[in-house]
Amino acid sequence: MKISEQEVENIAHLARLKMDDEQRQALCGQLSDILGYMDKLAHVDVNGVAPASGAAFMHNVLREDVPQTSPGPRVTLANAPEKDQDYYLVPRVVK
Amino acid sequence: MDLHTLSLARAARMLDEKKISSTELTRAYLDRIKTHDSTLNSFITADADAALAQAAAADDQIASNNHTPFTGIPMALKDLLCTQGMRTTCGSKILDNFVPRYDATVVEKLRQSHGVIIGKTNMDEFAMGSSTENSAYFPTRNPWHVDYVPGGSSGGSAAAVAAQFCSAALGSDTGGSIRQPASHCGVVGLKPTYGRVSRYGLVSYASSLDQIGPITRTVEDAALMMNLIAGHDPKDSTSAPEPVPDFTSGLTAFDKNGLKGMTVGIPKEYLDMPGIDPDVRAVFDNVRTLMESLGATIQSVSLPHTDYVVAAYYIIAPCEASSNLARFDGVKYGFRARDTADLLDMYKQTKSTGFGPEVQRRIIIGTYALSAGYYDAYYGKASQVRALIMADFAKAFETCDILLSPVAPTPAFRIKEKIDDPLTMYLTDIFTLSANMAAVPGISVPAGFSAAGLPIGIQMMAGRFDELSLIRAGYGVEKSMNLEPRFPDIPDM
Repeated sequence: MKISEQEVENIAHLARLKMDDEQRQALCGQLSDILGYMDKLAHVDVNGVAPASGAAFMHNVLREDVPQTSPGPRVTLANAPEKDQDYYLVPRVVK
Repeated sequence: MDLHTLSLARAARMLDEKKISSTELTRAYLDRIKTHDSTLNSFITADADAALAQAAAADDQIASNNHTPFTGIPMALKDLLCTQGMRTTCGSKILDNFVPRYDATVVEKLRQSHGVIIGKTNMDEFAMGSSTENSAYFPTRNPWHVDYVPGGSSGGSAAAVAAQFCSAALGSDTGGSIRQPASHCGVVGLKPTYGRVSRYGLVSYASSLDQIGPITRTVEDAALMMNLIAGHDPKDSTSAPEPVPDFTSGLTAFDKNGLKGMTVGIPKEYLDMPGIDPDVRAVFDNVRTLMESLGATIQSVSLPHTDYVVAAYYIIAPCEASSNLARFDGVKYGFRARDTADLLDMYKQTKSTGFGPEVQRRIIIGTYALSAGYYDAYYGKASQVRALIMADFAKAFETCDILLSPVAPTPAFRIKEKIDDPLTMYLTDIFTLSANMAAVPGISVPAGFSAAGLPIGIQMMAGRFDELSLIRAGYGVEKSMNLEPRFPDIPDM
């Protein structure tokens, strides 16, 4: 399995990661090795096998439909890197 | 008396009898941390003032006879468990300044019992690693030999317990992250059945695999810790509504009957594996003989899909991680890159600066494996292989109570020995990954030493929700083996 630098760049963009040339080259080699190893799964006969996503019991967690007081922005925005009163601040999107 | 030498069970008895106070015990640990942790680096955050305040409150509870076995017991928490008002970094620069507004359920249980949180322990960033070298802060050193890794990702918790910096610690285990560092540090590590312990407030790495569990000095302490943390939590949709036993009854079962009536399975694929260190093999053979002498029936079993476990795991876990870690975008909490061109650039700069190389590598693998055109070949196929692995285990537990195996192919390795070769590092997880993939419980119990004096553990796995069998068998091995020395002398550096 050979991964090209362009493929790494495309995937990094999807993952919202920025890479310099050196990182991209290093990842190319490592990903080719790792994904090459993963290719052994191609030899497993999985005909008719339903995929397993784990063993979770998965029951919805619902609370009573009763209005509650919000903790408010002092709590919810406490860890915000940048805020303005009750809002998260982000770089301008609309030019 | 050196208070730091007390096990959790003994400390609890002495607190109950009012022979010692929590303040004395906590101070003894804090002094020891101050003296030795500059050598080991097991803690990211240790808050002495907060710990002593909790100890004083615990002493008040004990004085008024309003206490539990955990009141006043100093514990360390892996730094991915949310602690209200106390920094929770996940070993990452991206959460360097993150202070949760709520407690994880396991932390809440600890606080309700008036336990003492002595600090938050070092870990591989976002629990991705097997050596604690992927921490953004510093590598943790193995207390038995400071040139070696403590294992990972819960290396800080395992090192802190082995160094006697706390009575017990909590870690998390996604592919062996409790059991493997416990083995490398000569302590007990228990990964409960998936769903046995609430994951609410655990910062997720791979949600279908992560499980919180105890790292302790003895199997008895592990059983006690399970009594504290296990149980259904309505705040976690993956938490199991299963009845919770008194886990210490596993100890009583051994005292009464030894291992009589238990069947121990030896997976033949594990023993045929290349690269098992001769010292690890010798420890394994020794434990097998010991368990037989304690009354267990030994039989060979087959786990036919063993050869595919690492490949399937290292697709599924990064896929889940790439989804879970998408939330760290610099908007809501944690680190944000400054002076960026626009919103997209802010996302990219934040993640690329805030995440370390291994986390970025796994995000890339996961994103690739989930991307259009590759999903079926990678994630879909790995999920089908996971179903086969689960079926292998279900079949094995039809005839066995316990599966016995090494924890890792080798004892702890040297710091930096494998850090530049991620695939080699991944392959060291071969014996522990299956328990997470099959959602079964596993325990690592100290069982011997290598020629170089490094601890070697033995792993036992049991059927789903059968932690009692692990505790019974683990306690039996621990008690009959009576390993010495149990704890290392930490050199000054």
